[in-house]
Amino acid sequence: MALLSKKDANLILDPLADNNPITIQVLGICSALAITAELKASLVMSISVIFVMGVGNVVISLLRNVIPSKIRIIAQLIVVATLVIVVDQVLKAFAYELSKTLSVFVGLIITNCIIMGRFEAFALGNGVWRSILDGIGNALWYGVILEKIGLFRELFGSGTLFGIPVLGDPIAKTGLYATGYENNGFMIIPPAALIVVGIIIWVQRSRNRALIEEA
Amino acid sequence: MGLKEKLHQTKLKYQGKKMAPAFNAIHTFLYSPNETTHSGGHVRAVDDLKRTMNTVILALVPCLLFGMFNAGYQHYSAINGFPENFSLLEHFITWDNFWLGAITILPLVVVSYGVGLAIEFVFAVIKGHEVEEGYLVTGMLVPLIVPVDTPLWMLAVAVVFGVVIGKEVFGGTGMNILNPALTIRAFLFFAYPTWMSGDKVWVHGAVDLAGTPDAISGETILGYLAQGNNAEMYAKYNLSEMFFGFIPGSVGETSTFLILLGGLFLIFSKIASWRIMLSAVLGALAMGLVFNGVVAAEWIPEYSKFYGLMSFDFWQHLIVGGLAFGIVYMATDPVTGSQTNKGKWIYGFLIGFLSVMIRVFNPGYPEGVFLAILLMNVFAPTIDHYVVQGNVRRRMKRLKHATILPKPSDGKAEELKVETA
Repeated sequence: MALLSKKDANLILDPLADNNPITIQVLGICSALAITAELKASLVMSISVIFVMGVGNVVISLLRNVIPSKIRIIAQLIVVATLVIVVDQVLKAFAYELSKTLSVFVGLIITNCIIMGRFEAFALGNGVWRSILDGIGNALWYGVILEKIGLFRELFGSGTLFGIPVLGDPIAKTGLYATGYENNGFMIIPPAALIVVGIIIWVQRSRNRALIEEA
Repeated sequence: MGLKEKLHQTKLKYQGKKMAPAFNAIHTFLYSPNETTHSGGHVRAVDDLKRTMNTVILALVPCLLFGMFNAGYQHYSAINGFPENFSLLEHFITWDNFWLGAITILPLVVVSYGVGLAIEFVFAVIKGHEVEEGYLVTGMLVPLIVPVDTPLWMLAVAVVFGVVIGKEVFGGTGMNILNPALTIRAFLFFAYPTWMSGDKVWVHGAVDLAGTPDAISGETILGYLAQGNNAEMYAKYNLSEMFFGFIPGSVGETSTFLILLGGLFLIFSKIASWRIMLSAVLGALAMGLVFNGVVAAEWIPEYSKFYGLMSFDFWQHLIVGGLAFGIVYMATDPVTGSQTNKGKWIYGFLIGFLSVMIRVFNPGYPEGVFLAILLMNVFAPTIDHYVVQGNVRRRMKRLKHATILPKPSDGKAEELKVETA
C-alpha cells in the first residue's frame, strides 16, 4: 500500500463494514429496495452511484471555499443533478433496455441520502484527493451491499443470475424445478429487500457485537 | 426412585449446560417441575402459558378433524359428482373421506410442528433461555389455514420465515408484533400465489389432474362471487352447507358451526376475548350492510366486477371464507391484539370491517381476513396508547374539577360530598 497512506486507505476501507452506508448509517435504503430484484440492475446502479459520488465529491471539494454556507444545499443539488443527468443520458444512449428497468431510479440518485450525506459530511471540509477516496469508498461498499441483496433476490425470485438461468427452466420444469421447486414471488417485491437488508445487518451485528447500541 | 424423580435429578445434573433448555422444555411439558417458590406470597393459578395454549389447541381439534373429512368429501365429490340427497353419515363421515384427509393433512401438521419447534429449540439453545411455548398454537393454526395440497417444502420454508422473521427477531414468544401463523400464510400467499389462490388448490388432487381429461376443480364461494357468478354459486351450495362447512376452502376454516362452538368454548374458558370476537362480527356486518346499501341504491352497475361480492347478503359474509376462523382464533391472539377493553372493541371492529372491505376490493384474491388482522396487529399498540392516554386525560380533568372536601365543621360538607361522588 505504498500508493495510499494508512489514513487514506481507511477512507476507502471503513465503509466496507464498520461504517457501511447501508447497514450502519442506514442511508440509500430506497434505491436498495427498488432496483435490487435483478443483479444487472443493481450493478448498473452501483456503477452510476460510484461515478456520481466520486466526481461529485471532487467538484464539491474544489468549490468548498467558494460555496456560501447558506446556499450549500442548493449548490450540492445542482452538482449532483448535473451528474445524474449525464448518467441518465449515457444509459439511454448505450443501454436503453436497462435504463427502462431502472426507470425513475436513476433520476432518484439525486435524492440518494448517501451522496448528499458525503458532500455535507466530508467533501465540504476535505481536500480533493481525500474526497475522491471517500466518495469511491462509500459508493463502492454501498454497491457491494446492493449486489448481495440482488444476488439473493434474483436467485430465489427468478432462479437466474445476471439474467442467466442457473436453476433450470421453470416452465419446462428442468433442473431444480423438476423436483417441484418454484420461484419465490415474494423475493421479487420490494419488501423482500428490506428483509434481506435486515438479515445482512443481523449477521453483521452478530459478528461484531461492538456495533450493537445500548438498549 | 421413580421416573419423575430421575428426571429431576437429570435436570439438576445438566443445569447451566448448553442443552438444558431443550431438556427442560420436554420435561416441563410432560411433568410439573418440583420447584417451589422461596419467598413471599404468590397468587396461584393453574392457567400457565402451556395450559392456555393447550386449551386453544383443544378448541382447534374439531376443526382439524372436520377438515380431514371435508378434504376427502371434496375430493371424491369433485370426481364422482356431488351426492343428490346429502346425508351426513352416508356421504361425509366415512372412512374413505377420513383416510384421504388424514394422509394429506397430517403431513402438513407434522411439518408445521417439526420445523417450527426445531427453530424454537435452536433459538432457545443459542440464546440460553427456556424453550417458549408460543409455537404450540401457531403450529396447529398453520395447517388449518393453508390449502390442502400445499407442497410440504413450501410450508417448511414459510414456517422458517414466519417463526424467525415474524417472531424470533423481535425477541421470541410474547414480543412479536405480528401473528406468526398469519405471517406464515402471508409469506406463502406472496411467495407462491399460484398455490394459494384460484380454483385448483382447494380440492386434493386438482392441481395434479389439471390439463388431463379427468380435471376437477373446486372454486371457493368467494371465488364464485368475485367472478360475479352468484347464481351459479347458490345453485351449487345452499346456506346450511356454507354454515356447516361442506364447501371447498383452506383445511380447517370451512365449518362456521364448529368454529362457533370453539369460540364459545374459548369464551367460557376465558382464554379468548369475547369483546374482540363480538366487535369483529359487528364490524363485518357493518361493512357488509354498507355494500348492500350501495347495491340497493343502484350506485354501481351490474357489470361492475365488484357487483358479485357487494350484492352478497351482508350476514352471509360471516359463514364463508376464513372470516369466522380468523375472528375466533387469530384476532384474539393476546400477544398481538389490543390489551385494553376499549381498545379491543376498536381493534375487533376494524378487523371485521377491513376484512369485508378487502374481500370486495382485492383484485387478485377474494379474501382479506389475514391481511386485515395483520394490519390491525400493527395498529394494536397505537390503539392501546390512545385509549390509555384518553383515560389519563379524563382522570386529570376529574382531578382538576374535583372539590377538596372542607372540614366537617363547615356546614356545606354534605352538599359537596354529593357533588364529588
